[in-house]
Parts: sequence; C-alpha cells; structure tokens
Amino acid sequence: MAVPTPIRRYFVRLGVSMSVYVAALLAGTYLVQHALIRGPILWFAALLPGLALVGAFYAIGMLIVETKDEFLRMLLVRQVLYASVLAMSLATVWGFLENFELAPHVPAFYWAIAWFVGFGLGGWVNRLTLGTSGSCP
Amino acid sequence: MRNRLRVLRAERGWSQQDLAAALDVSRQSVNAIETGKYDPSLPLAFRIARVFGEPIEAIFDEGSEPG
Repeated sequence: MAVPTPIRRYFVRLGVSMSVYVAALLAGTYLVQHALIRGPILWFAALLPGLALVGAFYAIGMLIVETKDEFLRMLLVRQVLYASVLAMSLATVWGFLENFELAPHVPAFYWAIAWFVGFGLGGWVNRLTLGTSGSCP
Repeated sequence: MRNRLRVLRAERGWSQQDLAAALDVSRQSVNAIETGKYDPSLPLAFRIARVFGEPIEAIFDEGSEPG
C-alpha cells in the first residue's frame, strides 16, 4: 500500500524542523560559547531552536488537518490530548515545587520535550485501548 | 453501537482492505468499526450503507457489542 500523502508531508515537515533545530542548536551553542555573536544576531540564534520546535508542532497540527480518515484523525487528536495533559500537568506541578523552593529550576523548553513524550505515550495508549496507534507517528 | 459490518462483508467475500478501499478509509478504520471500538460519523455511516445497499438502521443499531 502506498504511503498516505499526509504522512509523507508530515515527515518532510518534521525532518525540516528537526534539521533546523539540530543545526541551530549546535551552531548557536558554539557561537555563544566562543562569544562570536551578540545583539540582534544573538537574539536570532536564541530564537531559532525554539521556532524550529514550533515547526514540529505545526507539522503535527497539519497532519491532523490533512488526515481525511476520521478514525485516524481521532487517534491523532487523542495523542495530542494525552501529550497536552502530561506536559501541562508536569509544568504546573513542577512550577509550584519551584515556587516553594522544593525543586530546582527546569528550563521551559523541557515542557515541549515532555509534550513529545506524551505524544508518544498517547500512541501507545491508542494501541492498547483501540488496537492501533494509527498510520504511524 | 452494535453493527453488522463483519457479517455483511463476509457475505460478499470482501476483506477489510476491500471494504476500506470502497469506503475510501483505512483498514484500521474498518477494523475499529467492526470490533465496536469506534462509531463512525453520520456521513461515513451513510457511505457504509450505500456500499452495502442497505439502510443505515439495517447495519447499525443501539447496543454495546458488534454483531
């Protein structure tokens, strides 16, 4: 069976986002550690990895929009809900722990990583409860 | 919701993939509907009825188990 087009587009978008993310992170870290950039370029270097991850969220959003099969779309929406509940819950609880000085500070970008972990867990829950995790992510 | 999808499909000698192709959905969708794990939307239920040439109420009825 041919690979569905929305999935193919999802992988292209995700691949571009992740490539930009890795390149921006490596280059930015090097340039900052060697004090080679400052001012507006430093701002650009600092924004780029985060915006690249936003591209990954965009890829997932577009996958939901472009998936015409209603059952597969529901699986994706469930994954997004599991991811959001996990990430927002962890961020909220950890934030209060930090506030009461019971936990160390965690950089905010880790909540995006928690979201992607939740997205993966959502696929696993889909498989357990509905017998399939969908076409792939 | 209970449904007769598996029976109707078997009567015609269709595989899940055959029915999925006729409905323009994934095989996973057909399997999920047949096993009662997913209730189709009204537009998809109408498509299913058209493919089998039967009214919706002859394929789906209230209940928790697939037929």
